[in-house]
Amino acid sequence: MAEKKTFEMEYSKVDTERMRLNVGPQHPSTHGVLRLEVELDGEIVTEVVPHMGYLHRCFEKHCEAMTYPQCIPYIDRLDYISSMNNEWPYVMGVEKLMGIEVPERVEYIRVIMAELNRIANHQIAVATFGLDAGAFTPFLYYFRDREEILAILEKASGGRLLYNYFWVGGLAADVHPTFKQECLDVIKHIRATNAEVTNLLIYNKIFIDRTANVGILPADVAINFGCSGPVLRGSGFPLDLRRAEPYSIYDRFDFNVVVGKGEVGTLGDCWDRNIVRMGEMEESCKIIEQAIAQMPDTGDVQEKLPKKIRIPKSEILSRAESPKGDLGFYIVGNGTDKPERLRCRATSFINLSVLPEISKGYMIADLILILGSIDIVLGEVDR
Amino acid sequence: MGLLNKLDDPFEGGGVLLGTVEDVLNWGRSKSDWYLHFGLACCAIEFMAMNASHFDFMRFGTIPRTSPRQADFIMITGTVTLKMAERIKILWEQMAEPKYCMSIGSCSNSGGPYWEHGYHVLKGVDRIIPVDVYVPGCPPRPEAMQEGMVKLQKMISEQAIFNKRKRMAEIDKQNEIK
Amino acid sequence: MQTEKIFDTLTKKFGNDVTPILEAAPSEPFILVKADKIYDVCLFLRDNSELDFDYMMCLTGVHQKPDLGVVYHLYSIKHKHKIVLKTFVSIDAPNVPTVERIWRSADWHEREAWDMYGINFEGHHNLIRILCPYDWEGFPLRKDYVTPEEYHGMRVPY
Repeated sequence: MAEKKTFEMEYSKVDTERMRLNVGPQHPSTHGVLRLEVELDGEIVTEVVPHMGYLHRCFEKHCEAMTYPQCIPYIDRLDYISSMNNEWPYVMGVEKLMGIEVPERVEYIRVIMAELNRIANHQIAVATFGLDAGAFTPFLYYFRDREEILAILEKASGGRLLYNYFWVGGLAADVHPTFKQECLDVIKHIRATNAEVTNLLIYNKIFIDRTANVGILPADVAINFGCSGPVLRGSGFPLDLRRAEPYSIYDRFDFNVVVGKGEVGTLGDCWDRNIVRMGEMEESCKIIEQAIAQMPDTGDVQEKLPKKIRIPKSEILSRAESPKGDLGFYIVGNGTDKPERLRCRATSFINLSVLPEISKGYMIADLILILGSIDIVLGEVDR
Repeated sequence: MGLLNKLDDPFEGGGVLLGTVEDVLNWGRSKSDWYLHFGLACCAIEFMAMNASHFDFMRFGTIPRTSPRQADFIMITGTVTLKMAERIKILWEQMAEPKYCMSIGSCSNSGGPYWEHGYHVLKGVDRIIPVDVYVPGCPPRPEAMQEGMVKLQKMISEQAIFNKRKRMAEIDKQNEIK
Repeated sequence: MQTEKIFDTLTKKFGNDVTPILEAAPSEPFILVKADKIYDVCLFLRDNSELDFDYMMCLTGVHQKPDLGVVYHLYSIKHKHKIVLKTFVSIDAPNVPTVERIWRSADWHEREAWDMYGINFEGHHNLIRILCPYDWEGFPLRKDYVTPEEYHGMRVPY
């Protein structure tokens, strides 16, 4: 009995000091080489300090020494999951500064490629988010389907992951003859898998319990932090550049801007951000179908350009809707064939800055989910 | 004699295999290499694709481990920056011998596209840790990574285990003389 | 609101501290602000109900020889209009007031501008390096930057 008594006395004197824990940079669930310094009160997160730069590859320094077409491969390597979407705002900005218009067929092919890549990106995002929550099966399903999308992109561009396909004034090469049919085939498979995953993962009770009411981000906070893409739309704010400022030919298509509705929990939680990505895959399928129906069968894919691309002394912030959100390139020309300054308004970088704000007060296991629901790519965060 | 019977009893009536202990050990080692789960950059996405359903990396007997203490080899998949290089060195030193390193992609082989102006990029991971297999490509296809795995397995299965300490002692002696 | 109208509102309020510069398309027109007034201008732009710039798209450091500069791209979600602010400071005393308290997104952008160009944002709560290591020397994106020979015993050039 005496022993038990001492134990109880010691138990009442349990130390409650806060602990600082280091997550990353080598950690499977930080989606790359992000390092989080977490302050914990028991299991509750009280403070998160992200440390970045473990993949800082000096993109902006390189671009100042490269000609305009040579910059495109480096831009591919920013957000390496959706390279086509990365190239687009850059080539669009250069084309605007040079004052050239691309042929209509090019615009359609660009839309189809970008939307296919958006689907591939969201597949990885949902798959790894499931992985963070403990669901392995959707990961296998989605990577099976993703290979089909990559096969189409590879046939057109020659690369599986990094394409260098959108060139200034057009495309690197024309698409292959069976392109349209292959796109329609892959859409069927995407829809089938999405239906399966919706049943298996999204409306699974365990998954809802893990993700609903976790990491709530109100829309006004999201705007103040400059968030965009599914992170902002998950909070119920319908800002989509494809609809707000239609670039290219997006005004010709009929699609919905998917927003979170707080269906199973509070508006702006992890589940909402995830369901936005699921919805956007379906909308992308719709856009691809319409684009394939409208696309002209023949035509040039490269506008005639001067031998050296020179940009006069001018500047532009060219933006487009990448899968992560509003991606922009601030291009400053100085009359030579190399940019004076090229800066990427990196979406993941800005979306990640909201993490310390929304993860306070949740369990450390939820922190991983919140990070997964923001969907960052470290190549873009660190550049 | 069908195939199934043969599977049940591969050496009919109980057979004898002749070989060295080294061969048996190397055969076991080369067919069950566990690797450190470690993604750095673009190559890590291809690496994920290789782990997933379509390419199925686990049929090589490789299992991802999240701790360096349990891993047999490390895959450097992507650009090694100066900030990360110190971490990689720590991870490498935490791994237990025998350990191997596979450098995947041009960036970790030689700096890749970032060789010229990359003030913050390490031009090749072999500047800090020894590399056994180099896989070129930017990023390499999953098939190329699997080819690298086959090369690593071949390398391991031909290694001399028992004379290793003796040889290393000789090398150390030579270094001391220098 | 039209860009000219925004410029008029600003010049009426701030007088000589702001200089609108209209450039021919496709280059965007911008407004040049004196460095020490940037906080007041930004606060006015956000809080005026007609302007209502609630979304900071981008904050960029630039090095246009010989001066360092900061470029602010602002956007109003409600009114759907944009504006570009620019400010230039000398490279010897690159001090710009922080706008971190106006838009939270400016926090990391300003840290990046400090990291890359050495622009000192006065009043920023945590102005430390963000991409380069904390003990890095020099500001890499300045035009006269020379790549170091060695970092922590590792050779840097190819």
